[in-house]
Amino acid sequence: MHIPDGFIDIPTSVAFAGLAAAGVAISLKGARASLDEKTAPLAGLTATFIFAVQMLNFPVAAGTSGHLLGGALAAILVGPWVAMLALTVVLIMQGLLFADGGLSAIGLNVFNMSVIGVWVGYGAFLLVKKFLPKNKSSITFAAFIAGIISVPAAAAGFVLQYGIGGTATFSVSAVLAAMVSTHILIGIGEGIISALAVGAVMASRSDLVYGYRGEKVTLEMRKSL
Amino acid sequence: MKKDKKFLVAGFALTIFLAGFASFYASSSPDGLEKVAEEIGFSETAKENANAKSALADYGVKGVDNARLSTGAAGVIGVLATAGISTGLFLVLRRRSGAEK
Repeated sequence: MHIPDGFIDIPTSVAFAGLAAAGVAISLKGARASLDEKTAPLAGLTATFIFAVQMLNFPVAAGTSGHLLGGALAAILVGPWVAMLALTVVLIMQGLLFADGGLSAIGLNVFNMSVIGVWVGYGAFLLVKKFLPKNKSSITFAAFIAGIISVPAAAAGFVLQYGIGGTATFSVSAVLAAMVSTHILIGIGEGIISALAVGAVMASRSDLVYGYRGEKVTLEMRKSL
Repeated sequence: MKKDKKFLVAGFALTIFLAGFASFYASSSPDGLEKVAEEIGFSETAKENANAKSALADYGVKGVDNARLSTGAAGVIGVLATAGISTGLFLVLRRRSGAEK
């Protein structure tokens, strides 16, 4: 999903870099509220885990591979603001150190995977959680669905960018159909990995899961009323 | 606090294992976007990454011929760099204990 240099023209790349920078600036503020002595190292671990798992391309249909994007996973583990920063750090490292994702495309990639991936993933998580019983396995199941939905959403972000400033002239609807259908398959992998990771943390240290902690706090508050 | 430390150490060890060892077994097929670009026909519009000749380009350490070693070392370097920079950033941003809420 990392866009290389050249797919999208420079004006569009610059515009999305501006949007991505605005998103990061807001998340720098938003992240403060959920970062303290205890959660800051965990947030660092989450970013590191996403970097590591993004290296693990898994095969999907016919000669295609995909890898975790991690937006939904990070949002559930450490909250959406911190998750945006975690994904942004990962994407910058990949572009600068490993030539993965074009340097002129960093803004495009941050917009798709950090802004869209995190917020669509987190939104889906909250929505699914709402309709499920308040227990631990609901959190894991919601992570599964959030992971699945976040990937085609991020892929649609690319199609938007292609529609505005693609350097090729193939029809946008053809690119949309191909991107979304391919990334639904990759999204299933994303859902499975997200559920496994969230499930493992829920089983060992559910108190560390942002998307569950909120739940517990409200429950305890209700009890104390 | 001690429990947190244990969790962090275990988690970090897992990331080193994944990036340093398991990464060698990752699929090298084109990813979703590359595949779509090939199928539709715009893959040639990609330009070479400005860092394509850098020491760690494409998750390998330049000069290390053993593929397992090269990918693994690149993965470990990436893990250390990401852990250092992200944890540093989050520690700088955190609310200081005792500071205003």
